[in-house]
Amino acid sequence: MKFLCIDCDTQMTFEERQQPGDGTFTASFTCPRCGRRVAMLANPMETQLVSTLGVEIGGRTLDDQPLEFTRSAVVSSDNAFVEDPRPASRGPRPDWSAEAEDRLARVPSFVRGMVKKIYSDYARERSIAEITPAIMDRAREELGLEGM
Amino acid sequence: MGPVTHRTYFEVEGEDRSALGEQVGRQRARVLDRLREVKRVVAVISGKGGVGKSFVTAALARSLTRREARVAVLDADLQSPTVARLLGAAGPLHVTDDAVAPALGIDGVKVVSTDLLLDDGRPLTWRSGAGESHVWRGAAESSVLREFLADVAWGPLDVLFIDMPPDAGRLTDLATLLPSKLVAVAVTIPSEESARSVHRALAAARDTGVPVVGIIENMSGYACGTCDTIGPLFTGDAGSRLSAAFDIPLLARIPFAPRGGGMTWLPGAVIDAVLRDRSDA
Repeated sequence: MKFLCIDCDTQMTFEERQQPGDGTFTASFTCPRCGRRVAMLANPMETQLVSTLGVEIGGRTLDDQPLEFTRSAVVSSDNAFVEDPRPASRGPRPDWSAEAEDRLARVPSFVRGMVKKIYSDYARERSIAEITPAIMDRAREELGLEGM
Repeated sequence: MGPVTHRTYFEVEGEDRSALGEQVGRQRARVLDRLREVKRVVAVISGKGGVGKSFVTAALARSLTRREARVAVLDADLQSPTVARLLGAAGPLHVTDDAVAPALGIDGVKVVSTDLLLDDGRPLTWRSGAGESHVWRGAAESSVLREFLADVAWGPLDVLFIDMPPDAGRLTDLATLLPSKLVAVAVTIPSEESARSVHRALAAARDTGVPVVGIIENMSGYACGTCDTIGPLFTGDAGSRLSAAFDIPLLARIPFAPRGGGMTWLPGAVIDAVLRDRSDA
C-alpha cells in the first residue's frame, strides 16, 4: 500500500498509526514536498480484517509477541496465561512507579501482561531502573505502540 | 473505466512500508523456524465429527511415548476442543521470553489447545465488536492455528500431532504453512455415512499433496467387558473400502470398549506408520 500526492506526483510518507479504541483505525501520511497530510480511516470491519491477518498497516514496529493475536482476539479465561519473568541474565527487572502502575491498570486485562512485558523489555534494554508514565510515553512513541 | 491519470502502485518506486506480503511471509518463516526440531507433523483428519478423532489422537500420542518418542499434540479443533482433557493437560500457559510453554499431559505429552484458554463451558468467542463475523472468523481461526504452531516452545519432537477439526479446509492451511513435514492419518467409523465424509477428506488431502500414511477404523465393533468378545456396533466396512479406494493401508480397527478406562494402546504397525518418513508415505 502506497499513498501518492497526485498534485506533486510524490509518494507520501507514513507518519503515525492510531487506534482510538472504538474498533477503528487511522494511519496518517504526509507529502514530503508540499506538506499535505492525509489520514486513512478504517471502519471496524476493515480494521478487524487487517488485524485478523496479524499484519499492520505501516509495518510492524515491534517483534511479534507470543500468541499476540490469540491473546488479544479470543475471549479467554482471566488466568489463561502467566507471564514468566525474563531471565536474570537479561538485566535487572525494572520497578514500576505507582503512576505507571495506575496507567497499566487501565489497559484491558487480557493484554495487560503482554503490554507490561513490552514496557519492561524496553526499560531493560535501555538500563532504565524505573518505569514512569514519561518512560511509557517515550516507549510508546519510539516503538509506535497504539492504544497502550 | 477511464484511464488512470496518475502513477499506479508499481510505477511509484518508493518503499511500501506496510509490505503486507512480506509480513505474511515472515509469519510463515516463523512457523518453519519454530518447528525446525520437529521431525514430523501428523494431522489426524476425519472429515466429520463424532468418529472419535480426538480419542485416536490421544491414543496415538500416548502409544508413541511407549517407544520413548517425544510427542506433542496441537488441538486444531478450536471450536470443540477435547484432546487436552483426554490427555489430562491443564492451564495456565506460561509465557516465556519469546514463546508460550505447552501444557504437560499424561506421559509427558505436550499439549496446546483452546480448551486451556477458555472458561469452563464457554464456547470460543472473539473480542471484536466489528460484527459480520462470518466474513473474518475463518481468517481469525487460521491466525490462531498459525500462532499455536509458531509461538509455542515445542522444542525437539519426534511427532507433533494435530487434532484437526472436521472440515477439510484447515488441512489446506496447514499444508501451506508446512509444505514438507506434514502427513495425515485418517479416522473413520465403519458406517456408510462416515465412509462418504472421510472419502472427501482423503480426496482433499490428496488434492493438497498431503500424504496419508494410514486409516484407523474406530468403534469397529463393541468389546464386551464380561465375555471378552467383540460384537457388532455399526454396520459397514468403511475402513476397508477407503483403504482400497485410495490405496492407503488400514492400520487398525479399534473396538468401542466402554470398560477400558478410556485408553487404547495402538498396535506397533500404527506406530511404525506414523514414524515413517514422509517420503515413504
